[in-house]
Amino acid sequence: METQGTLLPLLVALIPWPPFIAFGLIALFTNRWKRLSHTLAILSVAISFVLSQIVFWTAIRTEHLGEHPIAIRIPWLPVGPRPLEFGVLVDPLGAVMLFMVPLVSLMIFIYSVGYMAGDPHYSRFFALLSLFEAAMLLLVVADNLLMLFIGWEVMGFCSYALIGFWYRKPSAYRAAVKAFMTTRVGDVLMLLGIAYLYAQTGTLNFHDILRNPETLKTLAETPSYVAGLSVAALASLLLFAGTVGKSAQFPLHVWLPDAMEGPTPVSAMIHAATMVSAGVYTTIRMFPLLQAGQHGLGGETAFWVVALIGAFTAFMAATMGVAQNDIKRVLAYSTISQLGYMLAAVGIGAYVAAAFHLITHAFFKALLFLGSGSVIHAVEHGHHHAGHGHGQEEPFDPNDMFNMGGLARRMPVTFWTFVAGGLALAGFPLITAGFWSKDEILGEAFHGAFEKGELLPLLVFLLLAAAAILTGFYTMRQIALTFLGEPRTPAAAHADESPGSMIFPLVFLAFFALFGGFVGVPEGFPGLAALTGGNWFHEFVGGTLLEHPESLPFNPVPVGISSLIALTGLLLGWVVYARRPLAAGEPDPLARLGPLYTFLKNRWYIDDLYHVLFVRPTLWLAERAVAFFMDRVVIDGLLHGIADAVWSMGSALRLFDRVVVNGIGDGIGEAVKAAGRELRTLQTGLVQNYLLVVVLGVLGFIVLYTVAPMLRGF
Amino acid sequence: MTLFGYPIPILTLITFIPLLGAGVIALTPRDSVRLHRGLAFSFSLIPLILSVWLWLNFDLSRPGFQFVERVVWFPQVNASYYLGVDGLSIMLIFLTALLTPLGVLISFNITEDPRTYFALFLALETGILGVFVSLDLLLFFLFWELGLVPMYFLINNWGAPERRHYAALKFILYTMAGSLGLLLGIQLIWAALGGVQGGTFDLLEVSRRWPALQGTLAGVPMEVVKAIVFWAFVIAFAIKVPVWPFHTWLPDAHTEAPTAGSMILAGILLKLGAYGFLRIVFPLFPAESARFAIALALLATAAIIFGAYAALGQRDFKRLVAYSSVNHMGFVVLGIAVAGYALGNPAIRDHARIAVNGAALQLFAHGLSSAAMFALVGVVYDRTHTRDLEAYGGLWTRMPVYGGILIYCAMASVGLPGLAGFVAEYMVVQGAWPVFTALTALAMLGLLITGAFIMKAIQKVLHGSLNPRWARLPEMSSREILAVAPLMVFMLLTGLWPAWIVPTLDAALRGLFG
Repeated sequence: METQGTLLPLLVALIPWPPFIAFGLIALFTNRWKRLSHTLAILSVAISFVLSQIVFWTAIRTEHLGEHPIAIRIPWLPVGPRPLEFGVLVDPLGAVMLFMVPLVSLMIFIYSVGYMAGDPHYSRFFALLSLFEAAMLLLVVADNLLMLFIGWEVMGFCSYALIGFWYRKPSAYRAAVKAFMTTRVGDVLMLLGIAYLYAQTGTLNFHDILRNPETLKTLAETPSYVAGLSVAALASLLLFAGTVGKSAQFPLHVWLPDAMEGPTPVSAMIHAATMVSAGVYTTIRMFPLLQAGQHGLGGETAFWVVALIGAFTAFMAATMGVAQNDIKRVLAYSTISQLGYMLAAVGIGAYVAAAFHLITHAFFKALLFLGSGSVIHAVEHGHHHAGHGHGQEEPFDPNDMFNMGGLARRMPVTFWTFVAGGLALAGFPLITAGFWSKDEILGEAFHGAFEKGELLPLLVFLLLAAAAILTGFYTMRQIALTFLGEPRTPAAAHADESPGSMIFPLVFLAFFALFGGFVGVPEGFPGLAALTGGNWFHEFVGGTLLEHPESLPFNPVPVGISSLIALTGLLLGWVVYARRPLAAGEPDPLARLGPLYTFLKNRWYIDDLYHVLFVRPTLWLAERAVAFFMDRVVIDGLLHGIADAVWSMGSALRLFDRVVVNGIGDGIGEAVKAAGRELRTLQTGLVQNYLLVVVLGVLGFIVLYTVAPMLRGF
Repeated sequence: MTLFGYPIPILTLITFIPLLGAGVIALTPRDSVRLHRGLAFSFSLIPLILSVWLWLNFDLSRPGFQFVERVVWFPQVNASYYLGVDGLSIMLIFLTALLTPLGVLISFNITEDPRTYFALFLALETGILGVFVSLDLLLFFLFWELGLVPMYFLINNWGAPERRHYAALKFILYTMAGSLGLLLGIQLIWAALGGVQGGTFDLLEVSRRWPALQGTLAGVPMEVVKAIVFWAFVIAFAIKVPVWPFHTWLPDAHTEAPTAGSMILAGILLKLGAYGFLRIVFPLFPAESARFAIALALLATAAIIFGAYAALGQRDFKRLVAYSSVNHMGFVVLGIAVAGYALGNPAIRDHARIAVNGAALQLFAHGLSSAAMFALVGVVYDRTHTRDLEAYGGLWTRMPVYGGILIYCAMASVGLPGLAGFVAEYMVVQGAWPVFTALTALAMLGLLITGAFIMKAIQKVLHGSLNPRWARLPEMSSREILAVAPLMVFMLLTGLWPAWIVPTLDAALRGLFG
């Protein structure tokens, strides 16, 4: 592998460090000075951002970047036949991530200054957010799976700490623990996948494994002895388990909605732009391994698993999102759903489309989360202004959309940027980024389903199309409930536009949410393709793979269908919620669906099911079966039994000693003396015998010393 | 290193300076508490400085033992005062020398007869260090026993009032039961190698002669003798580690011991068992080790899983931490089992080398994290006089620094990447997966539950609203922070850059496989 000088790779290696150092400085020294803490944090991300931009703009001008990525490595764990090396790698996929991550994070950091103002643990917040940023950047520049896993886990920890940031609230710390434990299920399987891959190949380096046809071929042809899969397929699936946890896919999706307990910037950072995307990023990264398995043993099993989990999650989460009243929870479900889109795309081989949607989604979802934060912030303040929040009164939920309404006039910037984000999420045709990336996924599925006639893309297409309609619907529902009509509470009536540090990031992100998609307009799209210079994204990111994936030509049918789907959803939402906005106290029109509504609102009862199936049995096993029965009753019971037996034997011997030995002893005393003379010859300095006597003496002493307390103790 | 042309017996100095300190403390007046503390701390710093010097001057490129000292001890039985160190023992000596001053520091609040306490504490250090430097089996045994007695008294006299006598007795009897087998085994080896004619306790010579030994001992076939000695050794060391199901002395002893005693118990005493496997069992019994490695791996997996579940099932903060040792030492045993298996299956040596280095690194990592966790349990116990997890709640509000440190150390314990435990556990899993695939996969269940019990501990202690009982709780003091901070530094250093320590371990461990 060639490296392009050493300066650029070293620059890449520097990228994760500034936030890490900022974390250390804030945690150890600047805790007490809030302004200094946030300055340090923002400055550190700004430095990483500038470095990343330099690397990105150099990278996109580099010919054959996929073949000759920006890379450097050093030995990290010098053991075994070949030291495990750590290093950095920027290939086209990494480059676009490097463009997106620091940019979005920088906006979130700036936004947090306004949002978190006045929080007693302000500095702690910026310390954790910085550590989080460092971990994400480490993951993006990592050139191997173990380093990626380090970033992955540190992010998991920060996510835990930030979700539970308001640690006094039971719902917050419960959500934190739930997030940590649920993602850990995936993580331990992922660790096995890493160990498996290393055991088979002797390396964890992406370039060495994923761009080496012989390695891939061997992995695809070696049986794994599990379910008839090849090593490549099984390793992919183990790694994919990590993604299922981290990107909140069914069946490990349950943690993400609860994670909304964290401060809103955290939701934007972790649950939109970075951590959950890191899960999808890893699956995209390992795509060649997944693909290799396709032609080997077990065939397309791995692809099926990935595609169906993704598509099913996209659909399931969209249905749940429809029935939520918490403004952030709607976004949480929509995140789960959109991540499902990306994974479904990977599962049908639409590698570039998945990466494209990953990037556009990061922009518009961060925008939506920050916008919802702006709304919550305003409603909370409005609540205080309206004369509440001082005495004892019934709790007021500033996240509940039914407590809002009419905010469009009070907060115009938040409103218009939120609409931009919402339309991008729903895939509003042509003028939003989300349209182009979602269209590419649906187009690929359509191509596979109707032009090649394959079953899997057909299933994916149907599920994703259904999800897309629901997406349009809940997006419009959210916009209407929050911003349109008249205020339904005094709090909403007193809400005011957020400060500049919060508004600026919204406007900035809105730009990308609308126009970011123009880097990926399909070839041959009438008018626009010529205007935007064709599908740059596909050309560039496709170069990551050994074989450049073919770009689908423009086909008006899927584009028309996906436009129609998006508009249908939005229109439905409009009809139900916006045409005649709800008044205060009016029930959700959806409640008319009856049991179906209850089912959706209760998240298909999956959380309750898990509680009965996993949480309670685990606690029972821990407390009753292992800690009590196994250790206290069985093992200690056995030990005490032995101790009692020895004790009784000792008592019996003492009796024997007194009655029998002493009785006869005097008589044979002389005989012993005679024997003693003989035995004296044994005293040849056998030190071990002396030692034995010493040990037994000590033992006897100890037994004596403890007889009294023991008798008292039992 | 020489002084006036004479070689300085560095290992002897490291080993016996604490005992000297114990003697000096014993001679001081009974009630000059500050003097006892000062002396104990100063005397415990000397071995630390010397052990750093030792590490820096250890030549990684030279195989075998270094800084060797040898003096004839009992010529009649051919026992000698024979000391030497390799990479594995250097690491453990450093760990011991590091934890002792920190334990002394944490014990500054001992009010009940501090003179005897500190004297015993230093004597304990000599016993432990002696085990790690001994190359003579008899000497090894002597030090092995020497470490037990002070620990017994520390638990029995300075432990938590409720169950300390029970815990101390269980500890000493259980370990003694193992030790007697150890002594028997050592004597049988000596006798089989020729007794007064050619018998030896020299570990290196025994390793050369013993595995190939044929014939009979007093009419008993050598195979039988070997089996007896093997199992005697294995049981002695298994109790010490402890290998599941010999572990129930651990939660009792660790929970009832005074804070510093728990730190040393978990941080170092458990390591003696693992050290015994690597230093004595494997070189002496390669064939037997390979044959029973699978059983050992099975018990290791049981320890990982059941240790984690048992920890999750506790209501007592200290017992929870104590059980976490069972879980973490399970990874050590798993790594050791892979190495044992490789002794008879050369094809897997590359994997085994990773696994056994991981096991050794886990000794270090667990030494750091368990000592830190026990110190932190001690900090809240000193303030609240309870260990009941349900009685805490919201302490983070009163003790923000403590909260941060507790989370950091708990994350080290859970194996968060970036801290020491992860590297070790990864290496063990990496090495064990290709060899004991199914067991390694099962062990992941334990790793999952590890997360659960650590989460439970953090949540019960720190989270939620502040229990009004603790409204006046003082923050962690500088002395307490100082007692944990060095451990935190080494956790991070090892997690980020394991290359500072792994080559030293590997220098010793690659020799296992010829």
